[in-house]
Amino acid sequence: MTIQRLAKVALDTSPAPARARGSFATPAEAEFALRLSRGGNTAKNARTLRQKERLMSLLLIVLVPFLGALLPGLMGRAGRQTCAMTTLLVTLTSLVGLISQAPAVMSGEVVTQSIVWMPELGLNLSLMLDGLGMFFAALILGIGVLIIIYGRFYLSRDDNMGEFFTYLLLFQGAMVGIVLSNNVLVLLVFWELTSLSSFLLIGYWKHLPDGRQGARMALTVTGMGGLAMIGGMLLLGRIVGSYDLTAILENREAIQASPLYLPALILILLGCFTKSAQFPFHFWLPHAMAAPTPVSAYLHSATMVKAGIFLLARLWPVLSGTEAWFFLVAGAGLVTMVIGAVVALFKDDLKALLAFSTISHLGLIVFLLGTGSSYAAVAAVFHILNHATFKAALFMTAGIVDHEAHTRDIKRLGGLRKLMPITFSIAVVAGLSMAGIPLFNGFLSKEMMLEEAAHTTIFGPDWLVPALATAGALFSAAYSFRLIGHTFLGKVRDDYPAKPHDPGIGMWGPPAVLCALVLFIGVLPQYAEPLVFFVAESVMGEAGAIPEGLHLKLWHGVTPALIMSIIAVGGGLILLLLYRPAEWTWKVLPVPFAKSIFDGIIAGVVALARGVIHPLHDGSFTRFAGLFFVAVLALAGHAWLTGSVAPPTREGLPMGEVAVAGWLMLVVSALALIWYHRNRLFALILMGIIGLIVSIGFAVFSAPDLAMTQLSVEVATIILLLLALNFLPNTSPSESTVLKRVGDGVVAILGGLMAFGLSYHLLLRDFVAPTISDYHLENSYKGGGGTNVVNVILVDFRGFDTFGEIIVLGIAALVIYALTQALMNGPVRAKLLNRRPDKDLAGDMHPLMMVVLTRVLMPMVLLVGVYIFLRGHNMPGGGFIAGLVVAIGVVMQYMASGFYWAQERQRYPYHGIIGAGVLIAGLTGIGAWFTGYPFLTSSFTYIHIPPLEEFEIASAMAFDLGVFLAVVGAVLLSLESFARMARRADQRESEYPMDIDPSREETT
Amino acid sequence: MEMLVASAVGVLTTVGIYLVLRLRTFPVIVGVSLLTYAVNVFLFASGRLAVNHPPILRDEALSYTDPLPQALVLTAIVISFGMTAVVVVVALGAYLGNDNDLVNDPDNPEDAISKEPEA
Repeated sequence: MTIQRLAKVALDTSPAPARARGSFATPAEAEFALRLSRGGNTAKNARTLRQKERLMSLLLIVLVPFLGALLPGLMGRAGRQTCAMTTLLVTLTSLVGLISQAPAVMSGEVVTQSIVWMPELGLNLSLMLDGLGMFFAALILGIGVLIIIYGRFYLSRDDNMGEFFTYLLLFQGAMVGIVLSNNVLVLLVFWELTSLSSFLLIGYWKHLPDGRQGARMALTVTGMGGLAMIGGMLLLGRIVGSYDLTAILENREAIQASPLYLPALILILLGCFTKSAQFPFHFWLPHAMAAPTPVSAYLHSATMVKAGIFLLARLWPVLSGTEAWFFLVAGAGLVTMVIGAVVALFKDDLKALLAFSTISHLGLIVFLLGTGSSYAAVAAVFHILNHATFKAALFMTAGIVDHEAHTRDIKRLGGLRKLMPITFSIAVVAGLSMAGIPLFNGFLSKEMMLEEAAHTTIFGPDWLVPALATAGALFSAAYSFRLIGHTFLGKVRDDYPAKPHDPGIGMWGPPAVLCALVLFIGVLPQYAEPLVFFVAESVMGEAGAIPEGLHLKLWHGVTPALIMSIIAVGGGLILLLLYRPAEWTWKVLPVPFAKSIFDGIIAGVVALARGVIHPLHDGSFTRFAGLFFVAVLALAGHAWLTGSVAPPTREGLPMGEVAVAGWLMLVVSALALIWYHRNRLFALILMGIIGLIVSIGFAVFSAPDLAMTQLSVEVATIILLLLALNFLPNTSPSESTVLKRVGDGVVAILGGLMAFGLSYHLLLRDFVAPTISDYHLENSYKGGGGTNVVNVILVDFRGFDTFGEIIVLGIAALVIYALTQALMNGPVRAKLLNRRPDKDLAGDMHPLMMVVLTRVLMPMVLLVGVYIFLRGHNMPGGGFIAGLVVAIGVVMQYMASGFYWAQERQRYPYHGIIGAGVLIAGLTGIGAWFTGYPFLTSSFTYIHIPPLEEFEIASAMAFDLGVFLAVVGAVLLSLESFARMARRADQRESEYPMDIDPSREETT
Repeated sequence: MEMLVASAVGVLTTVGIYLVLRLRTFPVIVGVSLLTYAVNVFLFASGRLAVNHPPILRDEALSYTDPLPQALVLTAIVISFGMTAVVVVVALGAYLGNDNDLVNDPDNPEDAISKEPEA
């Protein structure tokens, strides 16, 4: 049976890539391997899945947000509360799944799961969960829960909450996917998904130009970085010989010794730096602040921007420790930390301030990872945790202020302490943590950073790094104090845009939870220590270990770091007191803005693209087409002149008189088109003759299915073109010059000669290689259960192609529908309605004879359709042809009684029919999965219902039903769209099937 | 017989190319349809010609013609209908919007682009 053989091929090919490169026993096997690799799942995978059923599989943790993303989008009408609750449940489910894996991970095990996809390419869906992944996944899902609650209350009634949560869950799934990937290629896919979902979220308020521009900029920068990273990852995979992270992580020496190390490192760093907004790619982050605040708090402080840092940490064991790594990563981090902090101080927009502060803190973490020491790695992990807690809380606070005061401009705020006491407390806790004040968690990791900086030398003198680090911390303290001082302290004003007051617990609860964490870790760091050390060990792998005697604690004694800290906090306070002169200096200084540089680059690229494209594409279709034909002819001519032709190996078939007569009709009609194509109706008649002869030709040359298809498509095409001619002019003017006509004629004749030569030579020679057709003929009945081999190929052997094709057909029909709707709603509408037909119309547009005839024919057409459909598996026929026949039957009703009358009686929308067809075909394919076989594997059996003969029932029939419905829907939707345009204002829509009906009592 | 089929493909290609190079939408659409016939017949014929050997399995049949090109061409015919319909609706929209059915853009594209609002 086909399926068994197929499964066998699958098992054979999966572990042995050599077989896939063309050493199949038969071409048929090659075809099956091809089908398998496209089909996706294999029987083997089903087993892999079953082995991993304990607890909740890693795959589910990743998939739940993606699957759940459908829910809020679909239930937009169910109400905001339900929508938010569903989203929350989805995230909680995933979180519970993650926690269920925690004991195993904590005991030092690395949980893995792998689904073989394309083993030949090393592309498998493999996931792993270790300490680092667990830590990030917990951050993503945990903060996700808080953000969803917050977002529920933040979004206003005008916002489409379903859409928002769908995007958010998409993002969440992609992010969890990144941190759980065990295959760098899979990681890249998730990486790009975060860029895309971030684009959707930043641009969520589509009506705001800032949002749209910010979204585009973020996508450009992170997308370009992602592209660079793909290159880097491929190089890395090339060096190691595997795309599995676990394999890559074990090959530190091989990677660092490879000449490809430096290019790979630079490309990967480009990806990480763009994603984590490191200088000089930091500028997209402030512009991304046009997003709703929950998005800023989630993506742009706690999670997405940490993806780059995650990857740096993930690859730390293999990439770090070299000079290049140190200079690039530590250097970029240090510069970013200082620049971000300085710029943040002078931002008046609360969110912009926080954005630059995020850039600065990300720089801090990158710097720590860059120095390459174990101590710094611990500090980096600790700061990732701390930053996620206080920064998300601060963003939510900024959102609350914006939400209640209707502005987040610091210059217009102040004195909110008395009006919003709860918000104020949260802001103070999180803000002091950001400033690095003892008893708050930010202090601890910042101290560790300063300690590390005190021992680091880069580019010259010893004091440079400590001085820069202190400067960064100083500005950091200053902007944190400014955030608290200028927003909340001071006198209550009377000119806020709205009356500020504390929001409900739904909005202040989530940041309050984070603040509790800030204080808890800040006061009792020893409780966070096991977690931080565990994650840091997982970051370092075998490339490092926790330094002896290191503990997270408040008091280390008087160290250089403490002195630097005191300078920073004191200096920050002084700087804030001197804010006015400092701001004046800042404004006077000429600072190049990264955004204007970015805009300049984009403008340059656009100009370059225009310079290349416009001379080639000057808007003249005739010219492109001419160039295309000439180029093809030149290539073909070159092949002809340089190749050699073997002698004929086939005897020609004898020519019959009937065949010559048919040929003559075709050639004469075709040639007549050259002279008579300006008379468009006549051209259609000639085209119809050609189509008819082609169909008959198919019938003669043993292709009954093709003959039937061509004939029915011919009818539909002619109806379509007639409908179009209804609007278009009836004649084409004669406007090309004689010279052009001669030129076109030469090209055309050359093309025709070449097509003739190629066909003639091909037809007289046998295949040079054995084809896979014999396999199809042999297995059509045994494996596919049908004797009509063409139909079995369509619905079984190459079912995946057919599935794609009905989707394309459906999309084409929907495009036609959409374009028609756009036309009808545009300025053309009036023109269409007031159009005067250029010919006299018959008084009896819906003649009695035709109406009666089409009604009588309809059941017969349906019967023929069903018959053709049912016999299709064994005799000429099948879903495509049956669909066309039925569609033509329905179109006849439109023609006989008019659009309005027929539309009134049309119960099912054609879109739905297309959709149902694609769904049925797809579900049939998926059905094979449940029996452990690849997508679209068909099976069949013989059943016997008493009065009937024993007959066969195959799952391919259901697939063919899908094809049938899709074709019916697509053809009718296209034709109906054209007919819809033909309605005119001066025509009354008749509710009667025919204009003149003797049996009707006329009342008018 | 081979001569007839091959020359038919040649003639269809010739007329198709000539019509595609015309200046109005309708002849271009007809030309593309003729090229579609030519390509479909060529693809079908790549299975080589055979009379009275349809690929329908029967006990008494000795040999069958190649079924694979037939299957490929069958879907190609249906898809080409869909594509023709899309091109026709685009042509219609262009005609109704501009009051002419020229295939070439009469305006200088440089002007057309610079009129767009800057992003």
